[in-house]
Amino acid sequence: MSDDRSNIFDRQEEFLGIFKKGAEFTRELLTENERLRRKILGVEDQQHEAAQNPDDWEKLRVELIGTIANLKEENRSFRERLVESEEENRKFADRYVEIEEENNNLANLYVASYQLHSTLDVDEVLKIVIEIVINLIGAEVFAVYLLDGKNEELRVVAAEGVPPSEIPNCPLGKGSLGRAVAATETTCWDATRSDDYTEPIVCIPLLIEKRPIGAIAIFSLLQQKEGFTPLDHELFNVLGGHAATALFAARLYGQSERKLNTIQGFLDLLTQ
Amino acid sequence: MEKRRILIVEDSPTMRQLLVFALRRLKNVEIVEAQDGMDGLRKVSSDHFDLALIDINMPVMDGLKLISLIRGDDSLLKIPIVVITTEGAKEDRERALSLGANEYLTKPIQANKVLSVARGLLKID
Repeated sequence: MSDDRSNIFDRQEEFLGIFKKGAEFTRELLTENERLRRKILGVEDQQHEAAQNPDDWEKLRVELIGTIANLKEENRSFRERLVESEEENRKFADRYVEIEEENNNLANLYVASYQLHSTLDVDEVLKIVIEIVINLIGAEVFAVYLLDGKNEELRVVAAEGVPPSEIPNCPLGKGSLGRAVAATETTCWDATRSDDYTEPIVCIPLLIEKRPIGAIAIFSLLQQKEGFTPLDHELFNVLGGHAATALFAARLYGQSERKLNTIQGFLDLLTQ
Repeated sequence: MEKRRILIVEDSPTMRQLLVFALRRLKNVEIVEAQDGMDGLRKVSSDHFDLALIDINMPVMDGLKLISLIRGDDSLLKIPIVVITTEGAKEDRERALSLGANEYLTKPIQANKVLSVARGLLKID
């Protein structure tokens, strides 16, 4: 009997626990319901207010559309400026490359003329001419001629790539070389190699006041050199003028040195 | 910043002057010139260099011999070497590179190419 009673009490306790939980849950539901109800009322009030002032909405809408249009315009303007800046940047970069190239070319021309006038020894000048033609122009086989005024003949005084004896002298005004020198004009023929040493691919007359004193004839270019650049043509001009004056000055200096030595010899004989 | 030292080994004064002109555009470098392979070996052995530009065809000692001597010396092993030569054949290039050259440039030289290679090997802007 007492077992039945304790069982009933246990179940009563259990039931009360469940009921309390149910009551708690119901309270929570009511609270949440109240919260949502208030929220709906707030939204309804907002809608109500908005519905009462449609002009405000329109004004706001117009303002927003204006702001968007301004931002779009600003964006477009920035994009245009970006494109302009990029274009300007590209032009500056191109100009920089051009100036660099110009600088390099000027350095080459300066070095060539500086070296040509750095000595009064004919052999040294010839050596420098050869260095310039190899290192700055990129020729493989070429010859330097000096004009023998008495015989009107271009005589080989130096050569590179083949022994000078293999390259024939050339009468002034005859053959491609002789005619180009007589015409006092640097001439380039449309080829990168000639095995005929009377037919060069380039002839650079060495001129002093438009009077030929010799020539440089190029017969072939170095393997890696594919053709002539604008700088090469500038170098042809430098060689045509500066090599001529350097060789002429060196020859005059050599002659005056020899004359001076002869006179000095006579004076020594007379004073002995 | 410590100066970078560059050795130019080239028998042609014209080429040396041209290389000096080009390399002077690099900031903070000191350039030393040698007129043949032997002179180059003396200079490279007695002082520190960060880069060597070496011609192949030179009197007294040619550039290839100089490169092999430099690469055979443990203390000089790490010097970057640029060959500047008229020899444009593939086998010449391969020979120089196999001996230990880092770069191979052919004449006629272009100053901007020399500068770009020097900048790369010296790791400077």
